[in-house]
Amino acid sequence: MLNPQLVMYDEELKQIQAIAEKLQQDSRAQTILLVDKNGQLIAAAGGADQLDTTSLSSLVAGNVAATGGIAQLIKEEEFTGQFHEGKGISIHMSLVGRRVILVVLFDKSTTHGLVRLRVKKANQELTKIFDDLAAKAASTPALDPFGGDITDDDIDNLFNDDSDLFG
Amino acid sequence: MSFINYSSREINCKLVYYGPGLCGKTTNLQYIYNKTRPEAKGKMISLATETERTLFFDFLPLSLGEIRGFKTRFHLYTVPGQVFYDASRKLILKGVDGVCFVADSQMARWDANIESLDNLRINLQEQGYELDKLPYVVQYNKRDLPDVSTVDELRAELNPTGVPDFEAVAPEGTGVFDTLKALAKQVLAELRKGA
Repeated sequence: MLNPQLVMYDEELKQIQAIAEKLQQDSRAQTILLVDKNGQLIAAAGGADQLDTTSLSSLVAGNVAATGGIAQLIKEEEFTGQFHEGKGISIHMSLVGRRVILVVLFDKSTTHGLVRLRVKKANQELTKIFDDLAAKAASTPALDPFGGDITDDDIDNLFNDDSDLFG
Repeated sequence: MSFINYSSREINCKLVYYGPGLCGKTTNLQYIYNKTRPEAKGKMISLATETERTLFFDFLPLSLGEIRGFKTRFHLYTVPGQVFYDASRKLILKGVDGVCFVADSQMARWDANIESLDNLRINLQEQGYELDKLPYVVQYNKRDLPDVSTVDELRAELNPTGVPDFEAVAPEGTGVFDTLKALAKQVLAELRKGA
């Protein structure tokens, strides 16, 4: 498969979280998000709890995918960064190791230049972690996350009238 | 592909509703959105034109609940059905875990269904997927309209491999959750195999 399953473990997530928090402080940004290219949120730092991060992640991934499509059409390998300037808040997005999107939301208390500078360093550190994760995923056989004891009933129960979905 | 987070004990999967223009992909998502508990869903996003035709995608995040301590989350996407939005359709198929093909049962849309299904196969192949190896269901929508093909005719043409298929009237919800459930089951079963 071109796009292997993303698996995240405690140890790596802690490292990623630490880098995101350091980036948020060093760049004086509001919020940092790390989003899988498929639109799944991996980690967040700063004021993420005030945002609809699920929607944001999906739209960011759509945006990056569309930009990637444009790049292909004009025979450019990939646009590695994007910047959207707003009156209050601006967004800087960059690709980490072609697999993950690093999103920085910042306001007037910092500058685009400082954000870019700090992102560059964080990006190098994150690339290494995601490369290691990919290598780990490739070298270990795929695991059943449920531990092998999930039954058809378990799956059916998700859709019962009194399930979490319908309540 | 799915994202398994052992740290937060979450599994995230991506389901895509595919089909010809105006077959009812967005209506499927709207019905699901309207009928699920507020806690189980996020905001539904529709990137649509002013005439409510899907321009890029619709997005609906659903939390299905826990299996053996793992939270299962499904991200539902639709593609734009109109033929000329093919570049966008390809992008949305990236990282897909399961596909629902929504067919328009009306006889007048017979060729459009076939063309869209061919397009799905081709676009998946470009991403390195094979439709026959993916979790996959078919929905025959608009069963309430006059001048529809019989289910047997549709099945013979659109579902030769005999994947789970359902008759539906999406605005009323008929068949909508049966379709989603069958697809989600296949995706989770695939994970159980250690996909």
